[in-house]
Amino acid sequence: MIQFQYTRATEARMALDAISKDQSSMFIAGGTNLVDLMKRGIVTPERIVDISRLPLNKISYEGKVLKIGSLALNSTVAENKLVQHKHPLLAQALNAGASAQIRNMATVGGNILQRTRCHYFYDTSLPCNKREPGTGCGALEGFNRMHAIFGFSDKCIAVHPSDMSVALLALDATVLVEGSKGQRRIPFGDFHRLPGDKPEIDTNLLPGELILGVEVPDNGFAKNSHYLKVRDRASYAFALVSVAAALQIEKKVIKDARIALGGVAHKPWRLAEAERSLIGKPVSEASFQQAALLAMQGAKGFKHNEFKLKLAPNSIVQALKVASRMV
Amino acid sequence: MNRFFDKVIGDPMNRVDGKLKVTGAARYSAEYQLPNISYGVIVSSTIAKGRIRSVDAKAALRSPGVIAVISHENAIRVPGWADNEHPTEPPTGGRPLRAFHNNRVYSNGQPIAIVVADTYERARHAAMLVKIEYDTDKHETNFEANKGKAVVPAVVKKNPKSGLADYERGQAEGYKTAAVKLELEYVHPTEVHNPMELQAITAHWEADDKLIVYDKVQGTKPTQQAFANEWKIPVQNVKVISEFVGGAFGNGLHNWPHETAAIIAAKMVKRPVKLMLTREQMFFMVGYRPYTWQKIGIGADKDGKLTGIYHEAIGQTSSYEEFTESTLQQTRMMYTSPNIGTKYRLLPLDVSTPIWMRGPGEATGAFALESAMDEIAFALNIDPVQFRLMNHTDTDPDKNLPWSTKYLKECIQVGAEKIGWSKRSLKPAGVRSGEWLVGYGMGVGTFGAHRGAAAVRAKLLANGTVVFQSAVTDIGPGTGTAMVQIASEHLGVSPDKITFQLGNSDFPQAPNQGGSATVATVGSAVVATCKAMKEKLLGMAPAADKRFAGLKVEDVTFDKGYLSLSRSPSVKVAFTDLLKKQNLSELDVLQDSKPNQEANKYSKYSFSVHFAEVHVHPATGQVRVKKVVTCADAGTIVNKKTAANQMIGGVTGGIGMALQEEAVMDHRFGRYVTKDFGDYHVPVHADVPPIEVYFVNKPDYIVDPMGTKGLGEIAIIGVAPAITNAIFNATGKRIRELPVTPDKLI
Repeated sequence: MIQFQYTRATEARMALDAISKDQSSMFIAGGTNLVDLMKRGIVTPERIVDISRLPLNKISYEGKVLKIGSLALNSTVAENKLVQHKHPLLAQALNAGASAQIRNMATVGGNILQRTRCHYFYDTSLPCNKREPGTGCGALEGFNRMHAIFGFSDKCIAVHPSDMSVALLALDATVLVEGSKGQRRIPFGDFHRLPGDKPEIDTNLLPGELILGVEVPDNGFAKNSHYLKVRDRASYAFALVSVAAALQIEKKVIKDARIALGGVAHKPWRLAEAERSLIGKPVSEASFQQAALLAMQGAKGFKHNEFKLKLAPNSIVQALKVASRMV
Repeated sequence: MNRFFDKVIGDPMNRVDGKLKVTGAARYSAEYQLPNISYGVIVSSTIAKGRIRSVDAKAALRSPGVIAVISHENAIRVPGWADNEHPTEPPTGGRPLRAFHNNRVYSNGQPIAIVVADTYERARHAAMLVKIEYDTDKHETNFEANKGKAVVPAVVKKNPKSGLADYERGQAEGYKTAAVKLELEYVHPTEVHNPMELQAITAHWEADDKLIVYDKVQGTKPTQQAFANEWKIPVQNVKVISEFVGGAFGNGLHNWPHETAAIIAAKMVKRPVKLMLTREQMFFMVGYRPYTWQKIGIGADKDGKLTGIYHEAIGQTSSYEEFTESTLQQTRMMYTSPNIGTKYRLLPLDVSTPIWMRGPGEATGAFALESAMDEIAFALNIDPVQFRLMNHTDTDPDKNLPWSTKYLKECIQVGAEKIGWSKRSLKPAGVRSGEWLVGYGMGVGTFGAHRGAAAVRAKLLANGTVVFQSAVTDIGPGTGTAMVQIASEHLGVSPDKITFQLGNSDFPQAPNQGGSATVATVGSAVVATCKAMKEKLLGMAPAADKRFAGLKVEDVTFDKGYLSLSRSPSVKVAFTDLLKKQNLSELDVLQDSKPNQEANKYSKYSFSVHFAEVHVHPATGQVRVKKVVTCADAGTIVNKKTAANQMIGGVTGGIGMALQEEAVMDHRFGRYVTKDFGDYHVPVHADVPPIEVYFVNKPDYIVDPMGTKGLGEIAIIGVAPAITNAIFNATGKRIRELPVTPDKLI
């Protein structure tokens, strides 16, 4: 770890000022990812601005929108009655992530911004375009069992590791951010980037911008949603594939649907076409199989992750079956 | 049975050091804050093979707090390493890697330099600033690509009678003519030692020729001897302290380059140096269970009698040091079969040296053997429990000797009942629970019931307490606790008046803690010391009471710190009174103990059987181990609590072996890519089901006077195949390459 300066911000403006003055500075909140990255020399901020004391941890409900402050802890959000009642999918996804200890430290904003867990990104002696542009993608011809099947580029095939983000994407959330030019709203689907030619940039957040919170609008999915996370052990592992599935069902007919995948792309992966295919269909395994088939269009596997081409559709069907209470 | 055994032995007494451990008062190797201490951090290689062209330490040396950067360029010569070349070639045989000895790189992650600073953080920061340039050579790390280059181990070339030599009973490949035969290949990936406590050493030169190390090792005496040889100083000038060990499963059975690195650094900076490896470094520097390929040819007649097993194995080793393990031993003795053959080979690669890891070769071998037994039982349409009982052997067919004791059949019967084996369907995928497929499987384990030589000192003090001492370490099983219980039984002093001191090379001789031999070895020395102490006490007794004159130890009862006449218990005298009478402040006894020749007339093994119930989700391939029943034939159980604790730990390790553990290497770089606890999975609580432990608890007095047989290894041997066999029973899918992750089951 390199030596760094530490500043504690007491209001958002102060944090933004501190960051804008110093190109090599970074925000820190829970630190559950950043500290690891600093210890390994993957990111080397010369100043860290501690935002954990900012008053951005409220969870409230206003005008049919659930508002979650960016500094609300993962565990607090997962346990929140409003969240559990209105968006159980989000609570499930949060509880599927990390461990109780980490959820007690990690914030909503930090969870969205966490970096990939690609093996090559974490080892400074191996090539990685995301860590060190121009060095090549280690995973492309290397060990890529955990890697993307959608939306990758020849520069990067890493996946975004967050579970919470998959649920927020499915729930049509919006990210509220503030920068030097004031506040703006980013639809969740536009927040993270695909790697393209610049895998070193994970998101569309501009330099110096701070996440204030996320907003989740009311929906009709509370009764029929499920977050399925398939992983190598029962807990505390990143997803091989995860599915956020949400259905609005009336008289055994699907009125509306949301499906998003985790562990398959550089960003949480929404399956709009598969969702549309379900609308008006009866709740049945056949409907779900058809949606899963559509979902996989354009997917491509690498040497070690070919299994995801089967595991993903299987998991979509399974998540929809659980969401619709078929099983 | 000795009547004392009914009192304390077997009692689930709490660990004598439990409170010290849970309150943080126990001191581990990195927790000795010596005056003027400094901190070392290792810089390790990022190439797999080649030569170091240059070590640029300028930036590191300018960094605050840095005292020294030591590499082969400036390291002092270790006097015990007379010749300059390291390691020896050709590939097998060889010797351990020598830290900073020359510019050669033999594996990725090899220690290249040590940075010493006044704080750990400053040392770690400066370590990142050391720039190393290499001339890279082509490396070979890919086992599968190089399998054809496997060689006969040097130890076999030197000694054709070695247990690792090719073996034939009847006809090695006799299975080939069987009515039903199978030929099956199994792969066990590299598994890395990952005890909670990282490998650590604090090294301090008290004088130019006087070294003390606080070192995470499994034997203080072997380590003492190794460092005395290395530094060419008298053995008594080296002191090794390893009072508490935060888990070790074999990685402390070898002295590793980082230990010498710290000792070199301490000598050069003239300050104590503390060095603790990082978790990532643990993957490269301190051994591992080697990648092993196995092939089994197995045959049986139509009635289910085995006619032959031919078991081949190739294990990975480093290019510079030969590591072997007895992967194939159990195939020679576990089942009755007229034809048995084994063939063991080694594949040297540009990797670091493996080391024994709990249930060392046997756990790897049992995965293949017990899977093959399940596979052929299925081919024969015979229940696997029945099949094992049908091929059970009442004598050791390998050594042609009677067993000292063997209660494997009893174990199998108890285990089958407790897991609910009768619910099992002979046909796979025959039982469901909701969406989940339910399967049951079993696997047998065995390990030699070894006993070595050791000595133990006991000091009876004037206040009636007794202090025992042994150089042995306690890597986690609760050695101190067991020894207190044995001492209490055999001396007639209550456990709370006994202290057992260990983990110090100044104490009497004990071997490494390993091979499940500690209770048999050191416990026997405790018994011998207690006997010698009792004889001394009885010799002193007539001075206090003439009625004790001319008696033998057998005529006298020793209980609660008193001697009494067995035929007239009211005639008694306190141990403390005997000391007082003689004006002694203490009574000091040192006694050694070694196995008796009589034991050679028997074949001595511990046995275990593990039963697993697993549920598999057919769509997602997720496996949930729902219940494990484990039953051990390990002679007398000294402490039911710590013994059950060992079994539960072994089963948990076996779950990891079956389902999760795999160190994956990217062979383009010869470097592991799964090298932290995020990527290298071991079971978490949610993976560990209720584990029921049963002990036969029948003594084996041929092995040792307590009747114990080793327990630590058989806790894990046979667990992985029990789980993979259960997965087959659940799904009909046979996965012969560990670990069985969800992708392999969809």
